[in-house]
Amino acid sequence: MLGVTYAILFYIATLILVFGVAAKIRTYIRVPAPLKIPTTPAPKTRTGVFWRMFREVVFFESLYKSNKWIWLFGWTFHMSMWLVLMRHLRYFSQPVWGWVEVVQPYGTYAAFGMVVGLGGLWARRFFVERIRYISTPSDHLILALLVGIVLSGAMMRFVVHTDIVAVKVYMLGLMRLQIGFLPSEPVLLAHLFLVAMLMIVFPFSKLLHAPGLFFSPSRNQIDNSREKRHLAPWAAELER
Amino acid sequence: MTAPDNDVPQLSHPLEIPKLKCGAMADSSPYVASPEHQKSVKYPGELLPDWKERALAKMKELAEKNRAFQVYLDACVKCGACTDKCHYFIGTGDPKNMPVARQDLLRSVYRRYFTLAGKYFPKLVGARDLTEEVLDEWYSYYHQCSQCRRCSVFCPFGIDTAEISMAAREIMNVVGKGQKYCNEIIGKVHKVGNNLGLQEKALRATLEDLEEDIEEDTGVSVRIPVDEKGADILLVTPSADFFAEPHIEGLIGYAKVFHEAGVNWTISSYASEAANFGLFIGSYENMREVSLRIRKAAKDLGVKRIIFGECGHAWRVAYSFLNTLAGPWDFLDQNYPIPQHICEFTWDEMQKGTLKLDKTRNDHIRLTFHDSCNVARGSGMGDDEGGQFEIPRNILKAVCNHFYDMPRDTIMESTLCCGGGGGLLTDDLMDLRTKGASPRMTALKQVTEENGVTHMAAMCAICKTQFAKVMPKFGYEMDSVLSVHQLVSNAIVLAGQGDDEEDAHKVAIDAA
Repeated sequence: MLGVTYAILFYIATLILVFGVAAKIRTYIRVPAPLKIPTTPAPKTRTGVFWRMFREVVFFESLYKSNKWIWLFGWTFHMSMWLVLMRHLRYFSQPVWGWVEVVQPYGTYAAFGMVVGLGGLWARRFFVERIRYISTPSDHLILALLVGIVLSGAMMRFVVHTDIVAVKVYMLGLMRLQIGFLPSEPVLLAHLFLVAMLMIVFPFSKLLHAPGLFFSPSRNQIDNSREKRHLAPWAAELER
Repeated sequence: MTAPDNDVPQLSHPLEIPKLKCGAMADSSPYVASPEHQKSVKYPGELLPDWKERALAKMKELAEKNRAFQVYLDACVKCGACTDKCHYFIGTGDPKNMPVARQDLLRSVYRRYFTLAGKYFPKLVGARDLTEEVLDEWYSYYHQCSQCRRCSVFCPFGIDTAEISMAAREIMNVVGKGQKYCNEIIGKVHKVGNNLGLQEKALRATLEDLEEDIEEDTGVSVRIPVDEKGADILLVTPSADFFAEPHIEGLIGYAKVFHEAGVNWTISSYASEAANFGLFIGSYENMREVSLRIRKAAKDLGVKRIIFGECGHAWRVAYSFLNTLAGPWDFLDQNYPIPQHICEFTWDEMQKGTLKLDKTRNDHIRLTFHDSCNVARGSGMGDDEGGQFEIPRNILKAVCNHFYDMPRDTIMESTLCCGGGGGLLTDDLMDLRTKGASPRMTALKQVTEENGVTHMAAMCAICKTQFAKVMPKFGYEMDSVLSVHQLVSNAIVLAGQGDDEEDAHKVAIDAA
């Protein structure tokens, strides 16, 4: 019964995540940027833009320039999250890929990085006047959701071990559309439920910053407006 | 030096973060455009009865036509990186002048009507209904943004509040609530060809007077041609260059450079304006219409090149948008950048050695340079990234012995706006302009104290006018702001002028 409930939950969450984000990305691709608006100085070649985006995505370059504390907490959280996510691939693959094995020990302790990062970001929402002013309930809620996921996950790894083999069998089954047995351990169930919630809110929340970053014209445009004419389809209509 | 006013913010350093003063600037609001001004830019004369529906329809349209608007409304995570970056926030302490809060004035409405979360859980995500109060708030705070893009430099996603503020102004215009200052000016450009509404006859007379002045001062006849068919270069410069100080000294500088370079050039009376306030109101159509005047002038006069004078937002429109709005420029000489900035031209001539310069004529000046926001963050110069910082500095260092930069976090891509850009250079916003200028003025004071800086050069008509007006409030003379080409003009030794060294020196001092 539990296995079925969670199976439905995860199938729905996955569909919402995939189609929701895909729809958003489709919109971002479809909507043209009518003018060249890179924040200059900007690269004058495609390769240059690639590296600018690379530095933004991997090092959070602009955020570093802006505020060292937000950068420290934000970057720590995100990088730790990637390690943790990579580590989690072991529950969805059989045999486990070699590089996932390599990541395993780092991914385990990265949970603490996530806690520190999230904690710092959340504390700023209470203690820094300016950030308190701009925070809405949803900003706190997303942090709560993430903290809940990390704490429940870390608890299973470091405090109350769950029957992880059974969980993996269940997950591999779901991937083949076979619903198996899911251990009824409260921490595990909480962890999985919160993850499903995160997947569901993703396309409707500020988590869209992830795909959004790649479509930000001020960052991804090449500074070559004098050399190459840039014209949006709707603007071309004006010239008829 | 006059004593600073009491209401002028006293900052201990240029980027001092203020305590929040909620509602401090809630009453700041520029004059609303009259029906006549509205119609001159093809917008409804007054607030329409169905304004709300139209505003939402326009918002939807913009989200479908402008990727930046769509992405920026979605992507903000409220991280707070931008919160202390706006000069109006630093100067006023009003939290709605924090870039993210300014965006949220519109984002909250977008969320309410166009997102699932905002439709069903408005309180949770800070979404709100569009009401007349909200519209008034938009009108107030979207006219407290100079669209300088400083926040976009520091945003991890490059979210540019200028884009949101332009969209908001476009929405307000569409429902009949435009701003008088911008719309009146754009109307004049459509009708007459420049922001001032200066007719051809008056323009010719002004420039003839100027030619006489130059000849009187230097003993050399330097021409400022108007509508000369067959000239090689069309100069498009802000109309403030024709009458305002220190702008006019810059125009004299361009004329001297062209004279020494031996090129044929002309001003057009039809397109006698570089400024394009269509940018400020976020109107592609108005911006395009103004730009097309330049295309027509270039064709009619048969020029081979187009050069822009010193103007910040005009250079952004020219450098980044002109090819889009009024191109392709296949009828011009492709061996030169299209369009070219006067600083690019002057620097080229300096490198070629065609200009004879006497730096000592600027020895009474200890100089710093204000990077204009639209040049710094919305355009480029030369072939290299960051040329917009290097080229003007190269020029200034070539004509002035004493040059000192202001603190690094207040110049170049981090430059602080003058406080009067983005369509705010109007007397009804004087309080805002003064407060917005305080970070820049504080940075200037630092180099005055450390290096004895006496003057600040700028290459934007708006910056120059704004500084001439606000500098006295911060203890500087109004003529402490100079045009970049004014310093060039001081230092240039015109061919045939060399024997008269003493007179020339006197001119330099007068001009300063």
